[in-house]
Amino acid sequence: MDAKADAAVLSAAARPRLSARWATLLVLAVVIATIPWFFPSGFYFRVAALVWVTALAAVGLQILMGQAGQVSLGHAGFVGIGAYAMALGPKYLGLDVLLCLPLGAALAGVIAFLVGRPILKLKGHYLAVATLGFGMLVTMVLVSEVGITGGPDGIRVPRAEILGWRIRGSETFYWIAGGALLIGTWIALNLQDSPSGRALAALHDSEVAARTIGIDVAAYKLRAFVIAAVYGAVAGGLLALMNGFVTPDAAGFIASVEYVTMVVIGGLASVPGAVVGAALLVLLPQALTVFHDYEHAVLGLLIMLFMIFLRVGIVPGLAALLRRRA
Amino acid sequence: MSLISVFRRGLLGLGTAALIAAPAMAQQGQPIRIGAVLSVTGPASFLGDPEDKTLRLYVNRINAAGGVNGRPLQLIVYDDGGDANRARTFATRLVEDDRVVAMVGGTTTGTTMAMRPVFEDARIPFISLAGGIEIIEPVAPFTFKTPHTDRMACEKIFADIRARGLTRVGMISGTDGFGQSMRGQCQRVAGPAGITIVADEQYGPRDSDMTPQLTRIRNTAGVEAIVNAGFGQGPAIVTRGYAQLGIRLPLYQSHGVASAQFIELATPAAAEGVRLPAAALLVAEQLPENDPQRRILIDYKTTFEREFNQPVSTFGGHAYDGLMILVEAMRRANSTDGTRLRDAIRATRGFVGTGGVVNMSATDHMGLDLSAFKMVEIRGGAFRLIGN
Repeated sequence: MDAKADAAVLSAAARPRLSARWATLLVLAVVIATIPWFFPSGFYFRVAALVWVTALAAVGLQILMGQAGQVSLGHAGFVGIGAYAMALGPKYLGLDVLLCLPLGAALAGVIAFLVGRPILKLKGHYLAVATLGFGMLVTMVLVSEVGITGGPDGIRVPRAEILGWRIRGSETFYWIAGGALLIGTWIALNLQDSPSGRALAALHDSEVAARTIGIDVAAYKLRAFVIAAVYGAVAGGLLALMNGFVTPDAAGFIASVEYVTMVVIGGLASVPGAVVGAALLVLLPQALTVFHDYEHAVLGLLIMLFMIFLRVGIVPGLAALLRRRA
Repeated sequence: MSLISVFRRGLLGLGTAALIAAPAMAQQGQPIRIGAVLSVTGPASFLGDPEDKTLRLYVNRINAAGGVNGRPLQLIVYDDGGDANRARTFATRLVEDDRVVAMVGGTTTGTTMAMRPVFEDARIPFISLAGGIEIIEPVAPFTFKTPHTDRMACEKIFADIRARGLTRVGMISGTDGFGQSMRGQCQRVAGPAGITIVADEQYGPRDSDMTPQLTRIRNTAGVEAIVNAGFGQGPAIVTRGYAQLGIRLPLYQSHGVASAQFIELATPAAAEGVRLPAAALLVAEQLPENDPQRRILIDYKTTFEREFNQPVSTFGGHAYDGLMILVEAMRRANSTDGTRLRDAIRATRGFVGTGGVVNMSATDHMGLDLSAFKMVEIRGGAFRLIGN
């Protein structure tokens, strides 16, 4: 292959890549802006808002798992920290609930920074177990500190207010969550295409190789971990605001597993994949209620089928199928 | 599954009826939609499962008997798996999409509190099946509940201790949600009940030995009775430790262990003489003939056990009470309008349910008094009703 053909391949790969980023954002923006036209009732706003919020947390985890290649079974722990910040900040510190959203995100970031340093030295299964332990620790604190957190019965989150306007209603939260997801996706896509993103991809492929070309592996891993935690905490904060109530389930092990499932099922390497995975896992339980008593079995079966037939995930898998047809 | 076929049959029947009868009759036969979000699966399934079964069973029975105000009931059940966020989504679905006229459900205090704003905003009556006192205190205009509260259990125990001429109590509580909630309520009502709590010990839900805590209580000067606020296996281990140490003080357990399984776990010998407050369902056959609840309890018990071939539980009873209070209110209001239905539920007087005799008011959205709890003692490996 001569140099000219090489350059052509490179530019051909680079050009659509750039536009693909904007195309993804544009598609997401159009979807968020137009689907409300088809909603027959307010319930659909609620479910769609849930999809956007959950997707935000999943996009954060995608940065850690898909881009940096580090598994986390404790992502919901950070979601829980963000969510409980919205309840505890106003209650004990008298802070405005909206102020608690960035504060909770910052707190999650700091905790991720402190926890991440020792944890991220571990690899593979050991890392999975360590993050699992972290998530369980958060849940245990939330459950057992009944006097502070309200224990397993949960705690109320005050309604947010801007200049006397009370933020409430599924429709309002739909637009807030949709906006947050757009911004989150934009940042994640930019990160993927930045030098940092390429460094993450490099250490994902081979830590040894990444280290030999001068990438500070530990620092990049930690950065991805902190970013993922901040995404989770913002999503948790929005969820708490939307529900006006939060229980330790938000931080639970099952929730963590669900986030991992979303990222994997949508396509590990794909940011929009995380959104599709989140949409699937939020919408399916609603759609499957007709299978009363068997809904969990059907849900499990569907996830298995997706993993068998679209092994690389829904978004990359379908993209490959389309390309082959074309 | 069976529900769907029941619906389908119901709808077919309706269709035929509408064809035969004048079109004006169609509105008359429209089903009344009742929603239920229950924790049928997940950690609270031992509560949610009997609730689910009870609601389905009795909605079918009511429909077979001609429905309510000439209209059949349509029950829509969603399983939240014990997750408050999911419960909230299903609650929104019931209100916005299914357009239910009322809700009987909410298995845990957490899911109930998460769903409450949805029904309050929509002005639709919500009868919760969870225990927490914060559900009805302070009163929310459209939220009711049927189960007894922890506070009543404490009051019942303390009243019995006082009746024995004792006042100084040592408490031992689990650190789980149930134990902590009851511990807090007991501390709150101890003073007014004339009880002094002189020892306060705790144990983890998975601890396998509570003798150190019991020894400390025994060595506390002046303890006259022991009260154990707990749920699950903890109280059984406390009871065994109490027998092992040969403690002679009266031991009280909570309503959370009112099942035959507890006696088995604690061993009948160790549990001999232990007292606890329990719902009347536990001792239905022992109630005197003139007890107002007797007939309804035995009826519910035999109906449930015949249908599902499994022992009845008080949790299913809470669902029965919720559904029947709602049905009675719909008959009285002759309407499915949210506010009128709420007013009718609030006006419930002298309703005899499995949980007790219910007298609601604008300030009391549960309507039970201490007579709803029966004090029972374990004798010879069985629960015995003692002079209430």
